[in-house]
Amino acid sequence: MREINRVVMKKDALQLMTGKPAYTEDLAPEGCLIVKALRSPHARAIVRHVDTKAALTVPGIECILTAEDVPKTRFTIAGQTYPELSPYDRLILDRQIRYVGDPVALVAGRDAACVDKAMRMIKVEYDIQEPLLDFRQAVDNPIVVHPEDDWNPRVPVGGDNRRNIIAQAEEDWGDVDTAFQKSDVVIDRIYHTKQVQQSMMETFRAYTYLDEFGRLVIVSSTQVPFHVRRIVATALEIPKSKIRVVKPRIGGGFGAKQTVVMECYPALITMRTGKRAYMAYTREEAMTVSSPRHEADVHVRLGASRDGIIQVISVESLWNGGAYGDHSPTTVTLSGHKSIPLYNRFSAFRFRYTAVYTNTIAAGAYRGYGATQGIFALESAVNELADRLHMDPGALRLQNIVQQGERMPAYFNETALSCNLGECLKRVQAMIGWEHVYPRHVLPDGKIRAAGLALAMQGSSISNVDVASATIKVNDDGFYTLSIGATDMGTGCDTILAQIAAECLNCSVDEIVTRGVDTDTSPYDSGSYASSTTYLTGMAVVKTCRSLIQKIKEKAALMLDCDDPSNLEFTGDAVTDPVSGRRVTRQDLGNAAMITNDIALEATETHYSPTSPPPYMAAAAVVDVDLETGHIDLVDYAAVVDCGTVINPALARVQTEGGLVQGIGMTLMENVQFDSLGRIQNNSFMQYRIPSRMDIGKIRVEFAPSYEPNGPFGAKSIGEIVINTPAPAIAEAVYQATGIRFTELPITAEKVYLGLKDKK
Amino acid sequence: MRIQYWLNGKMESDEILPGQMLYELLRKKGCYSVKCGCETTACGLCTVWLEEKPVLSCAVLAARIDRKHVMTLEGLQDEAQEFARYMGQEGSDQCGFCNPGFVMNVLAMARELDNPGEEEIKEYLAGNLCRCTGYISHMRALKRYLTEKGKGMRL
Amino acid sequence: MNIAHYVKAKSLEEAWQLNQKRSAVILGGGCWLRMSPRRRVATAIDLMDLGLDEIRETEEAFYIGAMVPLRQLEISESLETYTQGAMKEALRHIVGTQFRNMATVGGSIWGRFGFSDVLTLFLALDAEADLYKGGRIPLSLFAEKTADTDILKGIYLPKKKRRTAYASLRLNATDFPVLACAVSRTADSVSCSVGARPMRAQVRCLPVGTGMTGEEAERAAREVADSLSFEDNMRASRIYRHDMAMVLCRRLLLQTAGEGD
Repeated sequence: MREINRVVMKKDALQLMTGKPAYTEDLAPEGCLIVKALRSPHARAIVRHVDTKAALTVPGIECILTAEDVPKTRFTIAGQTYPELSPYDRLILDRQIRYVGDPVALVAGRDAACVDKAMRMIKVEYDIQEPLLDFRQAVDNPIVVHPEDDWNPRVPVGGDNRRNIIAQAEEDWGDVDTAFQKSDVVIDRIYHTKQVQQSMMETFRAYTYLDEFGRLVIVSSTQVPFHVRRIVATALEIPKSKIRVVKPRIGGGFGAKQTVVMECYPALITMRTGKRAYMAYTREEAMTVSSPRHEADVHVRLGASRDGIIQVISVESLWNGGAYGDHSPTTVTLSGHKSIPLYNRFSAFRFRYTAVYTNTIAAGAYRGYGATQGIFALESAVNELADRLHMDPGALRLQNIVQQGERMPAYFNETALSCNLGECLKRVQAMIGWEHVYPRHVLPDGKIRAAGLALAMQGSSISNVDVASATIKVNDDGFYTLSIGATDMGTGCDTILAQIAAECLNCSVDEIVTRGVDTDTSPYDSGSYASSTTYLTGMAVVKTCRSLIQKIKEKAALMLDCDDPSNLEFTGDAVTDPVSGRRVTRQDLGNAAMITNDIALEATETHYSPTSPPPYMAAAAVVDVDLETGHIDLVDYAAVVDCGTVINPALARVQTEGGLVQGIGMTLMENVQFDSLGRIQNNSFMQYRIPSRMDIGKIRVEFAPSYEPNGPFGAKSIGEIVINTPAPAIAEAVYQATGIRFTELPITAEKVYLGLKDKK
Repeated sequence: MRIQYWLNGKMESDEILPGQMLYELLRKKGCYSVKCGCETTACGLCTVWLEEKPVLSCAVLAARIDRKHVMTLEGLQDEAQEFARYMGQEGSDQCGFCNPGFVMNVLAMARELDNPGEEEIKEYLAGNLCRCTGYISHMRALKRYLTEKGKGMRL
Repeated sequence: MNIAHYVKAKSLEEAWQLNQKRSAVILGGGCWLRMSPRRRVATAIDLMDLGLDEIRETEEAFYIGAMVPLRQLEISESLETYTQGAMKEALRHIVGTQFRNMATVGGSIWGRFGFSDVLTLFLALDAEADLYKGGRIPLSLFAEKTADTDILKGIYLPKKKRRTAYASLRLNATDFPVLACAVSRTADSVSCSVGARPMRAQVRCLPVGTGMTGEEAERAAREVADSLSFEDNMRASRIYRHDMAMVLCRRLLLQTAGEGD
């Protein structure tokens, strides 16, 4: 293990840190048409007429498109493997307006000024309709968000557009009702989380042009280039062969860019005008017409025996999909599938869910992908159970958690082949000094210091669905190029995958050039989402290296006059024949492959996983609460993660810290507020508060690796799980400080204060 | 209107519109390090120096830089490289989009503050948002950078 | 930005003349303008060449030019000493260093913003607004007037022996305040100003020696809070603000009652 479990600087670190051009906007050619969308101020309406006459006379305006001008095939913008579980319920522009911000017209012109001017001159007549804004009232509401006849679920997931239901299912294992009857203690609560914005620093953006072959090229800040190709082809009704998608550096994604939020717009403009087009979402658009986390009500019931064995778990999730169903049928399933299996002593569990349409922003994929909402609910309930039983929440968990080697009925009957959750839990309690901070004590200044605990899990890739591939070539002088279809969005996968390749090929990371995604040339990969890149694409790299070494030996055998390549030894920088003692260097092999050669020193392998091994973690939060103001200071946060083998400790640590702080933001400050007409008020970074560095106290991260036999060198995933613990851990710490159970996020000072005032 | 100014030490002269922002002008001049993240002066991505003070170029009228000195990361490449290595070793560059503005403010801080404490550093840099890292690794990199550079830090 | 003309004024008179026309605007730091991108400005008037960017200190007073950036106030050692750190406390949460290098005292005061930390503190310090045509008027009077076409030249801060403290509550460290409060004690009186209600800050003058003990401070703080109006907005409710005004006033009354008097 030379390259595994080693800090390697990201290959792009110095270029990015010194501000070299690398992102979509930096690369967009001169002379692109600027594309903007004119958006509905109404949450629900029919567009009766759009008058573009005056706007078209503005000098510089090239093209204005309305609902009449776009293809009529419905599609989904969820970046998922085909056939998508998300319903085909969108048009590029639709006469039926379904939420504030739904686009009414696309305007393209020479520069932003003329486009802005033209947009002001477009007159739209709306038939304004009463909107459905409350997701708890959605099912069978007389207001139907998707009344259209061509609403098209590609895969049956229990949806019914006439009833505003995107997806619905239920699953019982064991005798749930009897298990509850037999339980000594039952915890029963509903937990409410709101839409949370990914808030990546680079908003959605893409430029498009027709290349020398007349094909549409889309350069997009996306996590899912191959899904972009398919989705744009479907939406624009053009063959996939006519589209090429290129991914430059991405300024953050966190799941937002797993949805093809806006690529169709400039693509359509380019197809209609034949001209280059560029579109960048404003921050306001990124906050109001994007793809945030789903608002949810998660109803948890827990039954336990007096001695603290959890006998039965029931999770019922109501999911606000908003105006469109992107990622709803999938995210909602994680609220149960990636929470319940943390525990494994129960005799029964129930998981029921309903995802609904409303006239609010369409939700999508955000790090954690539904597990976040489910874990906030379940872990809060487990904390309450510990309190009710007068047990330490760590001790209660230790006697209920899943153990390595166990079959998990709540996780598709998969076996936990790698699980070090108990160690994570014990270690995190030691790190935080649990016996000193739990449950609470009064500080000299009168504030209350208190602690809380939570566990989390996630998966590693979507089992039996997603596909990853890698291609590795040997070049002149023997350097390697590693082509991947996975997208580095700042996570460092270009480097991590090179580390895996370097380990397999016994060379240094610097000898491997990683090439990011161009759908014309990169091997197929579903994309970077679902915590799949290190685990799934990493394994594809391992397999590719094996095949490539065979090819290298084959070529070397010819050069060394050896009859059987399998007798040769590949040492990384050379191939040797142990019998004759002769050797040929990789440099010579690389060069020899370019003259009089008929063996391609190149391999491609593809991989999927029949399982989705969960990473696990435990975390503890310490807060100081000012009882007079309700103000919460998060003073210490400790986390221990089992992500299997840690490939790059620096990058794994930063993933963890970053995810934790996003989770902290969701817990304490990030608060989407709608007005009575369904407009989002938090439409900028001034109004939607993400954590600043002054908000963050101490955060400490350690690793307690297990070894996952199906992962590359024992690795599992880490990208998503890290966002899941802050909400339940902090909520519990606040409860211990105040005696108030907060079941809705964010937990603001005002809520704490008013709660305390109520109690008096 | 025409303005004359120094960009990264070189005299420049440009015809601008009265409402044009310094951010737009700098991107046009090829200073791609300057990014826009929020449009509401909240994120710090567009940080450049005006007369050696860090400012938000998205909120500075280009007209106001007439006869003044503007510095972007393009003009501080050696110092940027040096600090970048500390960040890179921590893996705290991540997506990279907020980094140029952050580095501009870090380099300004290194000039302005002597032996800053951790809270002082956080306060100085609070206007630079980052969504990837959670900031903790920035502080690790800064501690090593400031200490090894002899700028000191009250630890 | 939608700006038709930009003029760097050569004198206050020129600036004033230009400012008499509708849709002219005096530039401060430009931050607020940036947050109102749809605003159309016929003439943007820049005072940057008029020497209004200095803090001058005499025996009797500080004079803070309207174009002094907030950061300059924040790092001024004499102001820090004079306010026992309240000046820095009032400013350090405002967005970030870069923002405070731009945003000016004049812009913050002239805007009479409902969220202004700067206005809140200066009100408690018995500051005066120095207007080009209107001359020096108490800041409390200025704050109540609607914006007209005069020009704010600077802030006059008379020196007195005083003890000052500042506190604010925020959703997160760099946000607008949910509530802001400043208390300043002199030999003659106690000034208590409350901002971010979320309307413009208002100041209450209390008798000298008010709120020196816990119980008295509690009562005085309640009277101050009850005498003010509060509103709901995205950040907090009227009730929370009212109750927090009580908490912060009480704390600051006690803080300023401490040693040194």
